[in-house]
Amino acid sequence: MLWIDKHKPNSLDLMDYHLDLSENLKNMIVGGDFPHLLVYGPTGAGKKTRILAILKEIYGPNALKIKIEHKSFKHPTSSKNIDVTMISSQFHIEINPGEAGTNDRLVIQTIIKEIAQSPPIDTAYFGSFKIVVLNEVDKLSKDAQHALRRTMEKSSSVCRLIMCCESTAKVIDPIKSRCLGIRIPAPTTSEMEKVLTKVAKAEKFDIPPKLMTNLITHANGNLRYALLLLEAHKAKGYPFQTCDLYQLDWEKYISMISGEITTDQTPEKLSSIRAKLYELIGHCIPPELIIKNLALELIKVVDQSVKFEIIYWASFYEHRMQLGSKPIFHLEAFVAKSMSLIKKHSSQMK
Amino acid sequence: MFEPKNNTNKLKSGIVVKSEPWVSKYRPKSVDEVAHQEEVVSALKKALDTGNLPHLLFYGPPGTGKTSAILAIANEIYGPELIKDRVLELNASDERGIDVVRNKIKNFANFAVNKTSGVNGKPGAVFKLIILDEADSMTSDAQAALRRTIESTSKTTRFCLLCNYISRIIDPLASRCAKFRFKPLETEAMIDKLKYISQKEQVNCDDSVYSAIQEVSGGDMRKAITYLQSSFRFYKDKRLTKDHIYDISGTIPPSVIESFMEACKSNSFDKLKTMVQGIISQGYPASQIISQLFDYIAMTKSITDKQKSHITIKIGEIDRNLIDGSEEFLQLFEIASFIMKQLTQMNID
Repeated sequence: MLWIDKHKPNSLDLMDYHLDLSENLKNMIVGGDFPHLLVYGPTGAGKKTRILAILKEIYGPNALKIKIEHKSFKHPTSSKNIDVTMISSQFHIEINPGEAGTNDRLVIQTIIKEIAQSPPIDTAYFGSFKIVVLNEVDKLSKDAQHALRRTMEKSSSVCRLIMCCESTAKVIDPIKSRCLGIRIPAPTTSEMEKVLTKVAKAEKFDIPPKLMTNLITHANGNLRYALLLLEAHKAKGYPFQTCDLYQLDWEKYISMISGEITTDQTPEKLSSIRAKLYELIGHCIPPELIIKNLALELIKVVDQSVKFEIIYWASFYEHRMQLGSKPIFHLEAFVAKSMSLIKKHSSQMK
Repeated sequence: MFEPKNNTNKLKSGIVVKSEPWVSKYRPKSVDEVAHQEEVVSALKKALDTGNLPHLLFYGPPGTGKTSAILAIANEIYGPELIKDRVLELNASDERGIDVVRNKIKNFANFAVNKTSGVNGKPGAVFKLIILDEADSMTSDAQAALRRTIESTSKTTRFCLLCNYISRIIDPLASRCAKFRFKPLETEAMIDKLKYISQKEQVNCDDSVYSAIQEVSGGDMRKAITYLQSSFRFYKDKRLTKDHIYDISGTIPPSVIESFMEACKSNSFDKLKTMVQGIISQGYPASQIISQLFDYIAMTKSITDKQKSHITIKIGEIDRNLIDGSEEFLQLFEIASFIMKQLTQMNID
């Protein structure tokens, strides 16, 4: 079992940080008045952990006995089926409606209506309702979100929604106004340190201070990532030989590309960079991440006046990438643009 | 950790009553109770007295009482029993394509009904009511299919369309209906209603909380009531304060915006990067940052008008990019670097 699963706190009392949030959530559950929730925050801050803890608080330990099932829905007009993976317990259902692609509206309508038709019989502990956990609501189409509006109001006597997303920017206002928004910020440095020390203690080893700072700066508020890094580092051998963490391959690769852009701005270089970009995409590195990291690497080295331009074009091409279908065009356009910016700047200098 | 079971049973019976959202609990039961929409209310009351009703088209921003008003009307005409078979309510969560218009709506509209007796001595009605909620999300094909249906069945059926944006309703439909505009609730009307609810629910708080709720909800009554209920439940044992409301509504503390502007003035990309990363890891939504940043910039005197106009144009662009699904980090970084450029260039001149 991975440490992230092994040492996952499974009740609100065991949470290591955001204690007042846990306290307030508990109050709310005990009071029995449970609104729809919209949980948002950066990755690795503990959104899912908290949602599971809420479920446990409401329904007792049985809520964590889950099974995975595949459900298929019939498309009303065409003959094809839509398949969705569902994680469910006796009391709750967790779906990732984004899986259904453009048919997400259908999945939402069917599932919530199905649940609303069969209220739970045994209402142990505090819940007289079922819970539907929707992951990645920011990936839902506008259509599906509109479909949620009235459904949320109508079915509120028998089911509650817990929605989870990284950012509320893409969630439409009518939904936000029907939910209690719960922001889960990333843990602070000292909170991260506390958790890492706790895990190390449970695994019976010590973390040297240098390694600790390295882990924390590397993880950048993502606790899950920090724990994974720690486990990987431990697996290499204990006592630790070195306090330096491996830079991830793709991160190295991107800084290499950035180096190439700054040293030489020619068409030949561009086509050799293209091969590297393809390699990165081929290894399933999200293109948004590539463009973001590349821009950050570039502004480390270029002249102040060029930095503004680099940021502008990075956001410009990233936006186009979201609208277009093939990321490679826009990545390459960004590389070409940065080359031309740097070249122009250096020729002006001369 | 948990209470013994017999205890929870007691709790449970309490829950059934309690867990109803206040939004539906305090929905106006009659047309009179609809807050702050005097013109609409008086027109509708006249119509109700004569026992006849035109086709209706309600439009206005969310949370102004459109759905409440039509439900109240239906309630007054039909009473709680008949409402079930005389009223057909369809909203965006129902299938509303052209097929539904051709079959379900048409069939429902074609039935004739007996005159009803009405509630409280009001004259009843000889028609049924079809409520099309969120009508602006209907396709224009489906709307076009309604055109003739509305006219040919007007003997037996009245339609009521509710929408946020009247521009998304096709003209032929709009011209067949009596249009009513619902305006955002004004401060006093909203605070009165909030006070009334607080009194009923024994919420303990002072006037500054109400004005905070009014401020963050922007005239949206549903939002205001939800905030009131959520913060009341969430901070159970404490006395509510303004900060609780800001927290619940996801408003960003002014200090964050100030530090954002501070970093923009520093002319250092390193500071900018740390600041943007900090905001993202705090989980503040970029769209919210941008809208509050906009207010801040508009109100700041030290920024010249020309700079303001440049920055606000940029804010518009960024907002659109975010809605299109761009990465929040890059977009925030871009607006920050743009503001930095604007502010520091002034120093150079």
